[in-house]
Formats: sequence, C-alpha cells, structure tokens
Amino acid sequence: MFGYYLDLALRSLKRNKVLTALMVLAIAVGIGASMTTLTVMHVLSGDPLPGRSGTLFFPQVDPNPYTDGPSLPYDMMDYRSALDLWSAHRADRQALIAHGQLKLTAPQVSLPPLMAQVLSTTSDFFPMFDVPFRYGRGWSAQDDANRARVAVISSDLNDKLFHGADSVGRTIRLKDSDVRIVGVLGAWRPSPQFYDVAGGRFADGQTGDFYGRPEDVFMPLNSSSDIDPAGFNFFTCWSMPKSDANLQTSPCVWVTLWVQLDSAAKVRDYRQFVAGYATQQKALGRFARADNTQLRSLMGWLDFNHVVPSDVRLQMWLAFAFLLICLFNTVGLLLAKFLSRAGEIGVRRALGASRAAVLAQCLFEAGLIGLLGGGGGLLLTLLGLWLVRRQPVAYADLVHLDAAMFLLTFALAIATSLLAGLLPALRASRMALGLQLKIT
Amino acid sequence: MLIRPIFASLRKHRLATFLIAMEIALACAVLCNACFLIVNRVQQIRIHSGVDESALAAIRLTGFDDGQGVDLNARVLSGLAKVPGMQSVSVISAVPFGGFANNAGIATDAAGKQFAGVVNFYSGGPGSFKALGLQLIAGRLPQDGDYQPVIHFVPDDALVWVTKSLADHAWPGVDPLGKEFWVGKPHFRVAGVVAHLARPAPGEGGPSTIDWSVFVPSQPGAHFAGSYLLRASPAQLPRVLRDARAAIARIAPDAVLDTAASQSVTNLRESFFQQDGSMARILLGVIAAMLLVTALGIVGLASFWVAQRRRQIGIRRALGATRGDILRYFQTENFLIVSLGIALGMLIAYVLNAVLMEFYELPHLPLYYLPIGAFALWALGQLAVLGPALRASHVPPVVATRSV
Repeated sequence: MFGYYLDLALRSLKRNKVLTALMVLAIAVGIGASMTTLTVMHVLSGDPLPGRSGTLFFPQVDPNPYTDGPSLPYDMMDYRSALDLWSAHRADRQALIAHGQLKLTAPQVSLPPLMAQVLSTTSDFFPMFDVPFRYGRGWSAQDDANRARVAVISSDLNDKLFHGADSVGRTIRLKDSDVRIVGVLGAWRPSPQFYDVAGGRFADGQTGDFYGRPEDVFMPLNSSSDIDPAGFNFFTCWSMPKSDANLQTSPCVWVTLWVQLDSAAKVRDYRQFVAGYATQQKALGRFARADNTQLRSLMGWLDFNHVVPSDVRLQMWLAFAFLLICLFNTVGLLLAKFLSRAGEIGVRRALGASRAAVLAQCLFEAGLIGLLGGGGGLLLTLLGLWLVRRQPVAYADLVHLDAAMFLLTFALAIATSLLAGLLPALRASRMALGLQLKIT
Repeated sequence: MLIRPIFASLRKHRLATFLIAMEIALACAVLCNACFLIVNRVQQIRIHSGVDESALAAIRLTGFDDGQGVDLNARVLSGLAKVPGMQSVSVISAVPFGGFANNAGIATDAAGKQFAGVVNFYSGGPGSFKALGLQLIAGRLPQDGDYQPVIHFVPDDALVWVTKSLADHAWPGVDPLGKEFWVGKPHFRVAGVVAHLARPAPGEGGPSTIDWSVFVPSQPGAHFAGSYLLRASPAQLPRVLRDARAAIARIAPDAVLDTAASQSVTNLRESFFQQDGSMARILLGVIAAMLLVTALGIVGLASFWVAQRRRQIGIRRALGATRGDILRYFQTENFLIVSLGIALGMLIAYVLNAVLMEFYELPHLPLYYLPIGAFALWALGQLAVLGPALRASHVPPVVATRSV
C-alpha cells in the first residue's frame, strides 16, 4: 500500500513539475526563514546553566536614602549592602561581582599593553557557576581574605599571550602590580553571559551585548580594589559622588551578589533574611524603603531584563507570518492540483477505492511535498544561520543548528504541508462520483 | 464588462478565492508594517548629528593614571598638532556615535523637584566648539573665560550650550537663554542654543531624546583627559587619522589606544547603526520574498483556472468575445480577489501595528501606508495574472468544438 501511494505521488508530482516546484519552493523558503529565526531565538532564550539555574538567585535591596527614587531597586548594589549580605554567609554559595578595566602587560611576552576586562569576584564564583578549567583552578576563600595577587584568565587571553600553553604560575602585570595566574578557563561560553546581565530594561531592546564572551581576567575583588581602587564601572549613582571619595562609600551602585540556595526552604529563609536586612538598614537611617527588595531566580532575572534582543523577536514573528503566507499559497496550489485530477480520482472511486484511500493518497502526496520542502528548508536554514554568523553581533558564534532543531525542521515542514494538504485532500475525496466521470 | 458572471464564477471557487484573498491580506498587513519599520530604522540611521562628521575623528586613550592627565593632554595636543594636514586637536569627553555618554538627570529648580529628563553632557576643551562645527542659533559663542576645570564629571557651576530640542523640552515656549538647571548641587546656566548635537549613544533614552545634549566648556586636566577630537579636511581625514594613531605610540607609549573608539565620526556612525542597517535589509528581504511567493501563488492558481476553463473560453470566443474580453475577464477577477484581500489586510495591518506598538517603541502606522500597500498589491496581482490571462486570450475558438 505504502509503495503504491509513493509511486502514485511521485507520478503526480512529475506530471505538473512547475506547480510542484512552486509548492516545494514556497514551503522551503517559509521553513528556511522560520527555522533560522527560531534557532537564533532558541539559542538566545535558552538556559545558560541547565540543571543549575534553578538554585541561583539574585538579591536586590534599595540603598537609596531618598523616598522619591526609582520604584524598583537598582540592578546593582552599593558596596556596603553587597558586602553585608555576602559576609553573613546565609547562602550555600555566594559571589560578589564587579567590573572594570586594567592595563595588562605580560613581562615575558612582547605585546603592546592592552586594556583587559576584569571581573572582580570571590572564590565561590567558579564552583557556583560550574566554570570549566583548562589548566589550574580558581582561588580559595583564604586568597579572598588575604587579598592575594592571583588571577584566572580566559582561554582567549591565554591563547593570545601564551599561545595556549599552560600558563599557571606565570605572571601578568595589571596596572602596576604583578599578579600570578592560578587558572585558565576552559571552553566556557554561557548564553547569555547571565552574571553580567543588568540594565536590560533601559537598553531599548538592544541587548545583543549580553551574549558577549567571558572577561579576560578574573580576580579577587579585594585584590583588584588594592591594585586600582577607582577602576570599577558604576551602574548609576543616586547623588553626585565626590571625586576624591572612596568608591566603597560612594553613593553609587556597582556590585552585584549571586547566591546559590539549594532548597525551597532556604530560598524562603533567604528572602526573609534580605527583608530583615533592609528593615534593619532603614532603622539605621541608611535606606528609605525597606520593602523594596527582590530575590529573583536566574531565569526570572533574565526575563526581567528582556535579554533576548527585540530585533530577534521581531524577526521570528516576521518569519512566522511569512510561513503562514507560504502555507496559504500551498493550500491554494494543492487545491488546484487535486481538483485538476478529478477525472482520475473519479475513476479510482468508481473502481472501488474508498474515500479514505483517496484522502490518504492526497495526504501522502502533500507529505512528500513537505519532505522535499523540508530538505530545501534545511539547506536554506543552514544558509540563513551562516548569514547570521557573519553579522557583527555578540552572539554570532553561538548560532548553530543542533540535533533537536534539525529534527524540528523536518517535523515542521511535514506538519505544515500535511496541514496545507488536509483541506484540499478532503475536498478531493468528497467529490461526487458521477459528476467527475461525466466531465472527462 | 460585466462583473456579475465573475462573481458567480468566484462563488463556485469559494475556497480558492478565500485562500488567495487571505494570502493577499497577510501580505498587505506585513508589507505595510515592514515598510513602516524600515522607514523608522532609516530615519534613525539618518539622524542629524549637528557636527561636521566628514571632517572629524576621535582618538581615545586609556590605561593611564589620573595623575598623568595634565601631562598626557599636553603631549597629545602638541604632538598631534604636528601631524601634516591636522586642522585642530582638542580635548573632548565624547563625540556623537562614539559611545561613552556622560548621562545625568537634570532638574529645572534648585530643590530638584522639577525633573526635566536624563541628558548627555559633552565636556569640550578650548577649540572643540568651533571644531565640531556646531550651528549656533541663539546666544553667544563660548569665550576663553568660560572654560572651567572639571571637578566631578563636568565643571560644577558653568555656562552651557543646549540643543534646540532640549530647550524646547525643558522650557517650552520660553526663551531658554539665561535659564538654569541643576544636577544635584552643580548648577548650570544656558548661554547659547545650538541647532543639533546628537548624544554619543543616540537611542538609549528613546528616539525622542536623541538630541538631548548639553555642551559644557571645560578646562582639560586630571579628570578630563584621554579623549581627543581631531579635525582635518574630509579628503585628508583618513590619512590624518592613520598618522595620528601611529604617532600616539611615540607620543604616549604609556597609554593604551582604544582602537574601536579611535575612528572617524563617519565610521563611528556606521558601526553604531550597523544593526539597524542590517535589520532594514532583512525586512527588505522579507518583503521581496513575500511578494515573490504571493505572485507565484497567483500565477499557479490562475494558470490552473485557465486550464480548467479552456472549453468555456473557447465557447465564449466562438460566441464573439474578443481576446481583450478574455484578458480583461481574468484581470478583473484578479482585481476583485486582491481587493477583497486588501480590505481584510488593512484590518490585520492595524491590529499588527497595535501589537508592535505594545512591544516596541513605535508610533501609530500612518494612514497613507495603507493606500500605498494596496496599490503595490494591485499592481503585483495584475502583473502575476498577466501571463495566464494572455495564455487564456490565445485559446482559439475552435476549442469549443473539441471534446477535451
């Protein structure tokens, strides 16, 4: 039966090559466009830490001493609040994070000095975020306390400075200080770079930069403050900082805290702890609004920041509108094709074929068109993704077709064409018998 | 030409008619909105920066200590001035499209109650106002005494030059000259108005705030160093910039040249809007592909209808219908179907626009997009149906006498 249907379908497809080609082309282009954008969307909206993200949380308090500040807490914390929460050690793991740039030179390497992106953090960062190492390892809590001059460097920087060799134990110079390399990161490319995400709702949909590469240098926060006390990026300030003031007491937010909480009970406790801290700070006269606290989960934080660039969403909806147009097109053409075979169908029905058999035959043909269109669509998807990779966007290198999306391409193509074929096939199978025989 | 028989025939092909009309409707809705999006992007790309872009370039140095600022400024200003073809070098905090905005919220009263928005402050050293090529439309030019040392991110109490759009926003309907505003304690007084001066990162505060800039004459110093504005004739600028970048290695070997930010303003603008440009191209591609698919669909279905009606056409021809009659029959049929689609499409276009407005910072779809979209689709439909219709008109009357 299967072979017979296949044979009939192939014959029919060959009979009207132009019409067949039009349908296959329409499905291929529609599938190609929608799968390209869907793949980009899939890559950008995925979980950057599968299996781990559910236990990671982002606490926020509102250190603003004025009651008329913004209604939501800032996306970062002032140093004192962050340090207080961190020093309480109420989470299973926790890491402070601040960003800055430092001039980097490598004594044994003849390269001009470069500005390194420095992520200043604490020792739990590496185990908490499951960061892979190529050589060496992260530093210890003792190194944090001792303000040790140690650093972990990215695999990109290691390639640039040491041509990929094991550089553990070697020294780099940051600003005016020698720092010993204790570890080199392995291939690590979280998508998005979740621990740097902040301020997305102010970015007007231009959030592509959240998908950048990891920083060049990771080092203890205490050590980088010693090397360059003023070398950190602010998120914002609630009043004008004094130019000679210590950053750690400035009216600015520039530090974030990530915590790992392994059970629902711990999340509840931590929420209470943060609220309690804010209340206590209000009593001390430092905070104006104690109730303005948040404890968002990692995925919740990403959603809140609209990490997926709005252009990517727009492209996806456009592509699906386009697929819908292709679908209407294919339904119309299939209808024409099946109805033009009224005579043939009439003969088959007269010879005893059931309506179901005619329906199955028509759907089989539609499915075959879908399969061909899916093949074309796959090629167009690969072409589309190649074009995306050539764009100057931070996520360009992330965009690849995985096995699931590969299968989805064919599933979508066949489902689309079956859907398109259903109506015409029903019409064809319901034609009145006598009429069809008469007109031939 | 009677329309009634066409209607009768379309009613017999209700499903196919409906499908083509739906395809047209969707195409119409996407076409109108996509064109609107493209126009929006292009408008953004083409914004007026207010400066002589083709004559300007930026040099940005990092990695030096605050303590070296004064010395670095002196070395760079005198060193780069010697580059052949250089018309001027001045210290500036940022250039349009160069990123590195100095944003702060301003209030028009000392107590900070009347918030007037978040604006960008350009600190400009001596010579920079003239070098930028700003067009003064009210007030006077900055004079030597107006340049004051930078204590915070700009001088604390200064005369400033604001853009027309910022003045209109902060003091609507009033002469802005002499008006004051505050950023916390620091206080500023408007001494002049310039036609345009785009932010270093236009768009970050929304499309309406692109031009909300303040120019503050500032004295180069420890807290105001490392970023320079170069001016040369447009023809010489690429070479001058190349020489200047090379000279920096000798003039300031202790500093690090930020190569991405040390570009001509034309290049900075180009890379700033690269994303918008590629989005506009993607939208154009979608429109082209969509129109092509729609046209092919019409060709396919019309061809089928022509083939199906060969005998009828033959009979009509035998009864005296001219080729033109047959041609017009199919064209009118297509016009009716497309019109049905357009009517539906305009509704969908408006719904789609409402959805887009919800998620993107977009204005209402202007009404004139609808007739433009309609004409485009009518033209497309007529073009697509022309081939099959011509084929139909060439059906000889003798077909009427054949059995198939």
